[in-house]
Amino acid sequence: MGLAKRIIPCLDVNNGRVVKGVQFVDIRDAGDPVEVAKRYNEQGADEITFLDIGATHENRDTMVHTVEKMASEVFIPLTVGGGIRTCEDIRHMLNAGADKVGINSAAVFNPDFVQQAADRFGAQCIVVAIDAKQVSGPGETLRWEIFTHGGRKPTGIDAVEWAIKMVAYGAGEILLTSMDQDGVKNGYDLGVTRTISEAVSVPVIASGGVGHLDHLVDGVIEGKADAVLAASIFHFNEYTIPQAKQYMASKGIEMRL
Amino acid sequence: MKSIAVIDYGMGNLHSVAKALEHVCPDTRVYVTNDAAKIEASDRVLLPGVGAIRDCMAEIKRLGVDHIVADQMGKKPMLGICVGMQALMQRSSENGSVACLGELQGNVSFFGDHASVQDAHLKVPHMGWNQVHQQPHKLWRGIEDNSRFYFVHSYYVRTEARDLVAATCNYGLEFDVALARENLFAVQFHPEKSHSAGLQLLKNFLQWDGS
Repeated sequence: MGLAKRIIPCLDVNNGRVVKGVQFVDIRDAGDPVEVAKRYNEQGADEITFLDIGATHENRDTMVHTVEKMASEVFIPLTVGGGIRTCEDIRHMLNAGADKVGINSAAVFNPDFVQQAADRFGAQCIVVAIDAKQVSGPGETLRWEIFTHGGRKPTGIDAVEWAIKMVAYGAGEILLTSMDQDGVKNGYDLGVTRTISEAVSVPVIASGGVGHLDHLVDGVIEGKADAVLAASIFHFNEYTIPQAKQYMASKGIEMRL
Repeated sequence: MKSIAVIDYGMGNLHSVAKALEHVCPDTRVYVTNDAAKIEASDRVLLPGVGAIRDCMAEIKRLGVDHIVADQMGKKPMLGICVGMQALMQRSSENGSVACLGELQGNVSFFGDHASVQDAHLKVPHMGWNQVHQQPHKLWRGIEDNSRFYFVHSYYVRTEARDLVAATCNYGLEFDVALARENLFAVQFHPEKSHSAGLQLLKNFLQWDGS
């Protein structure tokens, strides 16, 4: 027995409410973030990830306040992402009670930011979020590219090389979202998950497209992910965290039950 | 009113640990401080720590926390957490090699340097919930043996002084995750992030008389 694989429910938050959309449209309300986080904490979630999908300036104070409230009531690790662009942003979130911050677009526009952040706050609290989409056609060698702006803008950057580079710059963990399947519930892109997990020394969290519990199992067994992240299957009570953990354990995966 | 001083030397998030202490014992006053007089006046001391050991030790020395720790040692119950535990050891191989406070016998090494970790393709940092194998100690009261606690670290402690060991853990190799000597207790994991098992440990610490 040893280290357990983690289940991480993800709260996408906009204007102080948990929301979940399919392909970033058709947004549904899933409740108050602190209440939702408390529910997952009680159910035995291993961590909570909290993404500010609005990430506007007006939102920022609300976010800090919500993180403070969450960290006072939820005693498991908390990752906060969305609109993290400066060391000052990171400091605010860590002081509010976040344990880790997720850096996404800002890493693409300024990779040195990741290095500065890891130097200043330690690699253990820097999660680099990567949105990857398959760009190779049928019959070609598999290739995935980084996309920004919620999966709309291609960058021309190879996702696997990017992950290796981010770890060299000090990322302590990679949050990998396979964009072409996000919210459509076809499961993670196992090819890119496995390729990146085997290419880097740090833990990889698989994200995007979870529709049923076998997707979580596949993410760990075939995708070699160290943790699996999901949102809507938990928000709308299709499954509870204990159900997901029991199911994964029944497939031979070491879990914290 | 009972009180605890969480020593603030500028490294990492002390909000979580302070909130967790308040949560388990609402009648204990929690000070987040590096003021020697305030620490002296408190009933208990907590030495936290996050980040690189070189920076931690530099701040510990700059703020005189090394003298405070040496002075408080033996006087009242003290709890070291994560890098706070590592700082109590003799030496860490992080950042080249850094001399630590030397309060506890034993050194701090890098997981990635071990063939057994490399061969198993284990990820570093060791991040997540791992089982903690207890040795008898009052601070484990109400916590089942082999309960899981939350870890995040790339360097680990191992001591030759096995009588200090209050718990071990496995990650490619066996290492020491809790050390105890008289009224000092130090843990590698984060009790403030380890849900009910962690909160129970903090509660036990706040009720411990150090014997």
